[in-house]
Amino acid sequence: MKNIGIIIELDEGKIKEINFGMITLARAPDSDLFAFVLDADVTAVREDLESYGITKIVDVALASDQRNNPAVRAKAIANGIKEYGIGAVFGLSTATGKDLLPRIAAQLEAPLVMDCFTVDLENNLAWTSRYSGKTSASIKVTGDIVVFGVRPNAVEPVKGQVSSRILKFDGSRIVSRGFKFVKRAAGDTSVKISLAEADVIISGGRGMKNGDNFSILSKCAEKLNGAVGASRAAVDSGWVPYSMQVGLTGEKVSPRVYIGCGISGSIQHFAGMKTSGLIIAINTDKHASLMADCDYSVLADVLELIPEITRHLENG
Amino acid sequence: MQIYVCVKHVPDSSAVITVLGDNQIDENVIFLLNPYDEHAVTEAVKIKNSLPDSEVIAVCLGKDDAEKTLRSALAMGADRGILVVSDAPHESIEIARVLKTVMAQDGIPGLIITGKESIDAKGMQTMFRIGALFDFPVATNVIRLDIEGDIAIVDSELSGGAVDTYEMSLPCVIGAGRGLNTPKYPTFPDVVKSKKKVVKKIALAELDIGTSKADMWIVGLEPLVLVRKPKEITGDTDEVAREVIRILREEAKVI
Repeated sequence: MKNIGIIIELDEGKIKEINFGMITLARAPDSDLFAFVLDADVTAVREDLESYGITKIVDVALASDQRNNPAVRAKAIANGIKEYGIGAVFGLSTATGKDLLPRIAAQLEAPLVMDCFTVDLENNLAWTSRYSGKTSASIKVTGDIVVFGVRPNAVEPVKGQVSSRILKFDGSRIVSRGFKFVKRAAGDTSVKISLAEADVIISGGRGMKNGDNFSILSKCAEKLNGAVGASRAAVDSGWVPYSMQVGLTGEKVSPRVYIGCGISGSIQHFAGMKTSGLIIAINTDKHASLMADCDYSVLADVLELIPEITRHLENG
Repeated sequence: MQIYVCVKHVPDSSAVITVLGDNQIDENVIFLLNPYDEHAVTEAVKIKNSLPDSEVIAVCLGKDDAEKTLRSALAMGADRGILVVSDAPHESIEIARVLKTVMAQDGIPGLIITGKESIDAKGMQTMFRIGALFDFPVATNVIRLDIEGDIAIVDSELSGGAVDTYEMSLPCVIGAGRGLNTPKYPTFPDVVKSKKKVVKKIALAELDIGTSKADMWIVGLEPLVLVRKPKEITGDTDEVAREVIRILREEAKVI
């Protein structure tokens, strides 16, 4: 019997959809699946977790003033991993995971592969991209505990109903020496879904002409329940914040649909979105690289086409 | 204060990567200082200039050729460099042990800065492993760093542009994000001056990095090529919009 740990990511107490693909990937025959849920009402997420095969829900309670402290959160999970004899840990390679998973792996001196597209748990192999997204690497990990950061949306969720037991884990006395959380400043609150999680991403580049025009993309993205991204050219021009950048030095994304608007498609941009399911390029320049390396190309002005698409979506 | 900057010698992001054998690449391409490490060096030099009696030491694990990357760091203002020479590939568990050992052997780190990730491996973990080995606090994706006495006040960027502020006691480890600063690229006189700076080379075999039960290594490497054959959507704006929506609905099934 193997014990597998899964770190669940929540959004204001609700389970994010992207967890289900990760749980599907982590499921293995003859194993116990431990879902770590931090500081939340586990009864509200129990049914969802059971429907994907979670057999144990670890209800981790933290001291109220330590809830946002990443060092404390990591320590609580690392302690739980040891307590329950867990040999393999899965988390999401989201912005939160990029801080949390390395902290856990470092504390346990466990190998960690971030941004995995897939994992072969039986052979301790994980696949991720290397060299600016130009190669796919299979990485062998060895150790008492191994950790995998799964790329959101990389695995299609498949249900597998089981029943679960709730385990209470008291982390309220955990503190972090020399590390203090002071405050959190909310980002753009109009952002409803993050780039890493979105099924649809509409990204703007130089062809957007200015920052104000990005609202055209936001309106369309809202109708599609998607997120808005940007190329480095748009970020460097000061039109949109860095947190919106897709590419080698920005967010790496794998949405089901990526719509590149007025984006030339540099190697660096491509490194961040090439694994998207379907790519649609819209540009007035038919020679833009993205127009030759996509599934659908449209020779058009995004500033006219996108509002038209939004209008059609609004009118059903 | 001794400020250590951990740097990595990486292939240029626009280099053509050719896979050789099972798990190697043709290294006959341009290598340079990892872009995120440029922010780390720039920040270290900025802090040095505000703190008397400080020194910036750039450390690197790599092949002999990685001296070029250390020279870039020196041209950007680091005072001296240490290169741990090894021809073998290394992953973060080992890299952290090597860098920790060499820093502890060289001096007393007051602050350790590195890029939040390397553009070749994107493991995003070496700074945390160094922190764990020293038992120093760590913050990554740092976009503001202020040193006040023996405390570092940092802003760390989360998703959606949200920002956390942390206070860490020194010594601590910082993973530099892109928003931290604008890298200060060297002038010609900087480059000339840097040639006189010392790069000490140590063979990896000379270091006692201890042993770890855990390990990770690349067993296979393949070009990641997804061949797409674009179909052109034509028509007037109304027709194109309808066709895009049809694709989203019927092919991608996202609406």
